[in-house]
Amino acid sequence: MGAGAVGRSVAELAGEYGHTVVALADSAGSVVDDGGVDVAQALDNKDTVGSVGEADPSDALGAAYDVLVEATPTTLGDAHPGFEHVRAALETDRHVVLANKGPVAERYDDVMALADESAGDVRFEATVGGAIPAIATIEGLGAETVTAARGVLNGTANFILTRMAAEGLGYEHVLAEAQDLGVAEADPTFDVEGTDAALKCAILANVLHGGGYSLEDVSVEGITGIPGSALDMAAEDGRTVRLIGEVREDGSVRVGPRLVPENDTLAVSGTMNIVQFETEHAGRLNISGRGAGGPETATAVLADVGRLE
Amino acid sequence: MEDEPGDRPQAHTVRLELVDEPGELLRALEPIANNGGNLLSIFHERGSLTPRGHIPVEVDLECHPSRFPGIIDALRDAGVNVIRVDREHYGEQVTILLIGDLIETDLSDTLTRIESNASTSVVDLSLSGQNGTDDVSSARMRLAAETGNVIGALDAVREIASEKDLRVVEPLVGEP
Repeated sequence: MGAGAVGRSVAELAGEYGHTVVALADSAGSVVDDGGVDVAQALDNKDTVGSVGEADPSDALGAAYDVLVEATPTTLGDAHPGFEHVRAALETDRHVVLANKGPVAERYDDVMALADESAGDVRFEATVGGAIPAIATIEGLGAETVTAARGVLNGTANFILTRMAAEGLGYEHVLAEAQDLGVAEADPTFDVEGTDAALKCAILANVLHGGGYSLEDVSVEGITGIPGSALDMAAEDGRTVRLIGEVREDGSVRVGPRLVPENDTLAVSGTMNIVQFETEHAGRLNISGRGAGGPETATAVLADVGRLE
Repeated sequence: MEDEPGDRPQAHTVRLELVDEPGELLRALEPIANNGGNLLSIFHERGSLTPRGHIPVEVDLECHPSRFPGIIDALRDAGVNVIRVDREHYGEQVTILLIGDLIETDLSDTLTRIESNASTSVVDLSLSGQNGTDDVSSARMRLAAETGNVIGALDAVREIASEKDLRVVEPLVGEP
C-alpha cells in the first residue's frame, strides 16, 4: 500500500530480492495480479493517469499476499488509514512491514496487541533512520541491554543546519535552497519543527521500553528561529548545532537543537542520519547512513521482508 | 616592595571550608593579607553546607604571580581547609547558546540570575551583534558548575530563559 518514493522503490526492487508483487495500491486505485503485477506498467500508469490501476485501492488487501508493505504517508493521532491496513493484514494472519511511522509511533500498543492475536508479525525497520538498521541492532543487542539512544534522525533539518553553519546563510535562505533541491518539502513543518524526529524517537522508545510511547510523550523543539548568529557563535568555539533526538535512560524522550563539538560523531553533515546507542556492557555504538530516499528506505523494508522468512 | 618587572597582579579564586565558629573567617583572611594578597571579594555561602557540615567561602584575591603559592601555603599552615584553587573547583563546564532579544531582556540581569545559584558561574561570555533586521542576537556562554550540578544549572538556565522568552541551545550532558 502506497506508491510514493518508498512504495515505488519497494515494488521496483522486490524482484531483485526474490519477491513477487501481487498487488500495488495508491490513494486513487490499485492493481492486483496473483501471478505478479507488471510493476513498470503500473508505475507508468501512475505517472500518466495518476494511479497505478483502475481497481479500488482497498482491493489490494484482498489479494493473495504474504506480506503487506505499508508505505502510505505518515499520519498523526489515529494513524489512519495506515493503522486500518495493518489491522486488516494481521486479522487475516498476514505479516506487515511498515515504512509508515504513524502506526508504531502513535498506536504501538494497539499494533502489538493485534500482532499478539495474529499468526503474522509486524516489522518496521524503515521507520527509523531510513537505511540504518536501528531496530535490528536493538533486537540483536537485546532491548534490555540498550540503556539509551540518541541521534540525528531528520536529514532535512540536518541539511539546513549544516548549510547555515558552513555558508553563514540565514534559515529562510537555506530552507528555500533545500526546497529547490528537493531536500525539503514544500511544507517543511514536519521536518523543521522536529515532529518527524520525534515520531522516530517515540518508535525507538517503544522498542527500548516495551511500548507506551506516542508523539505526545516526546518533548519537541524544532530548528525554526535558530539564527545564523547562533551557529557563528557555536563555530567560534569549535561547536555546531544539530537537531538531536534522545531516548534517555530514565525513559524521557526529547527532540531539540543541541550544541555538539564540530568533530563529534553525532555532527553528521548534510542529509546524513546517525543513531547512537549506549549499551550496558559494550559502551557506545554508532551507525550512520542515509536516513531517507526511496531506494534507501526500500532497502530497509526489503530487509524486514527477508527477516520474516 | 617591587616584584620583577612585567609581573602583573593576577586574580585568583580560592574556595575555603570554615568551621561555623566565631572568628573563623578572620582567621582565614589574615594569611592572605599578610602574604601580599589583595582581597577583592568574599562570598560567604550562608545556608549552604559542605558534606562535612562546614561553611564554604569563596575568596577572590589579587596578587603577583610569585606570591600566590605562598598564600596557599600560609592558609594551610594556619589550619584553614583550602578546598580548591581557581577554577578547578568547578568540576564540570558546559557551553550553551542563548538566543533572543538578549539586550532588551537585560543581559546583565540574566547573568546575575544564572550565577545566583551558588554552584554555577559564568566563566566566559561571547555576544553576537544583532542582525539588523530584528532584535535577535545570540550569546555563547561557558558555565562552570560543581560536579553533579550541571543538570541543575541547566534547569535553572532554562527556567530563566523561558521567563524572558529566550531560547537555550544546550549541550548533551548527563549521559555517560
